Amino acid sequence: MKKVCKDANEALSGFKSGMTLMSGGFGLCGIAENCIDALEQLPVKDLTVISNNIGNSGRGLVKILVQKKIKKAYCSYVGGNPDLEKQMMNNEIEVELVPQGTFSERIRAAGMGIRGFYTPTGYGTLIAEGKEVKNFDKPCILELPLHADYAIIKAQKGDKYGNLWFKETAKNFSPLMAMAAKVTIAEVEELVELGDIPAEDVHVPGLFVQHIFQGKNYKNDIEFLKIDGEDA
Amino acid sequence: MSWSKEQMADQVVKLFTPGSSVNLGIGMPTMVASRITPEMDIMIHSENGVLGVKGRPAKDEVSPTLINAGKETISIKPGASFFDSALSFGMIRGGHIDFCVLGGMEVDAKGNLANWMVPGKKVTGMGGAMDLVNGAKQVIIMMSHADKEGNVKLVEQCTLPLTGVGVVDLVVTERGVFKPNGKGFDTLVSAG
Repeated sequence: MKKVCKDANEALSGFKSGMTLMSGGFGLCGIAENCIDALEQLPVKDLTVISNNIGNSGRGLVKILVQKKIKKAYCSYVGGNPDLEKQMMNNEIEVELVPQGTFSERIRAAGMGIRGFYTPTGYGTLIAEGKEVKNFDKPCILELPLHADYAIIKAQKGDKYGNLWFKETAKNFSPLMAMAAKVTIAEVEELVELGDIPAEDVHVPGLFVQHIFQGKNYKNDIEFLKIDGEDA
Repeated sequence: MSWSKEQMADQVVKLFTPGSSVNLGIGMPTMVASRITPEMDIMIHSENGVLGVKGRPAKDEVSPTLINAGKETISIKPGASFFDSALSFGMIRGGHIDFCVLGGMEVDAKGNLANWMVPGKKVTGMGGAMDLVNGAKQVIIMMSHADKEGNVKLVEQCTLPLTGVGVVDLVVTERGVFKPNGKGFDTLVSAG
């Protein structure tokens, strides 16, 4: 299977309205910038989006959020995303807030073939409403996996088989989403030759990646620049 | 007498055992990092995927892919490691993190915590808070003693939506260090 695409548009050619999309990144760190820009241009709607923040500070997935392309969102934290908070308050979007560890594990479970798991996280809170409770050493609630049609993720390096290598804290949810989606698109800052990423340093084996392309014009925005010795 | 934020942070740091692993929440708890001395050999965990946060980076060290859970640029110390979100929350949910320090809107006598939403007014989401309170070995809440309207935030019973049930070990405010005892709060240290 030829995985290498020329750009985000080619990689997203099978993406349609009504699909479920996972999008990697923590805030704006490690987001698939080229794919998000392409989605902004695509005439799709009624999307279900699974992403920790659904963009932030007017950037990232906020671009398609403000176009009202998202019908339902799964996320853990909306502080710092006033556009999403506003749509939530106006009931313009359905949002399921998921504790971040449960969010990660539900995505991981989908990729791992796990049909459900029990966790104490969220027990006794609004999150537990309607969920099965089972007593272990303490009461736990049943959580189910989160699957997706597509995942869009970004890595620093990737090769034509789809092996990926991430820089610093840019991994976050991306390796999990790569496993959980039927079609995973990886965009990379550097498309390298097979073997350039040593086998023992591969963070995501290419088995989990269906399309890969060399991205361009990365902004790599910093949300809160803090420097040693400087105030605020 | 009441403590400054720095003095509150110092009280939190006193609770840490040398060599322990610590997760610091967004807001006031973030400043605890700057009060930890290198001799304490503390490993700071941030749930976006790093263990071994040092502090703020020098100007020439800044990297957009090196951040903490508050999305602030950071630096790391020798011995640090990076990992994905599932492993990061495995550290938390699997009971491997010694202390977590979180902000709070209400803590009650039974150790219940509310810190993620005010119905009809404000929703920030829980982020990793619900995982942290159920997973970390010790849960410390660092918050102002009262809200902006002057209502005391250490209450008999939480009225806001809960983050966790019976999870809080200690509360540090500008007035002292408190421990929920089921009926009220024991004062372990008084600010004066």
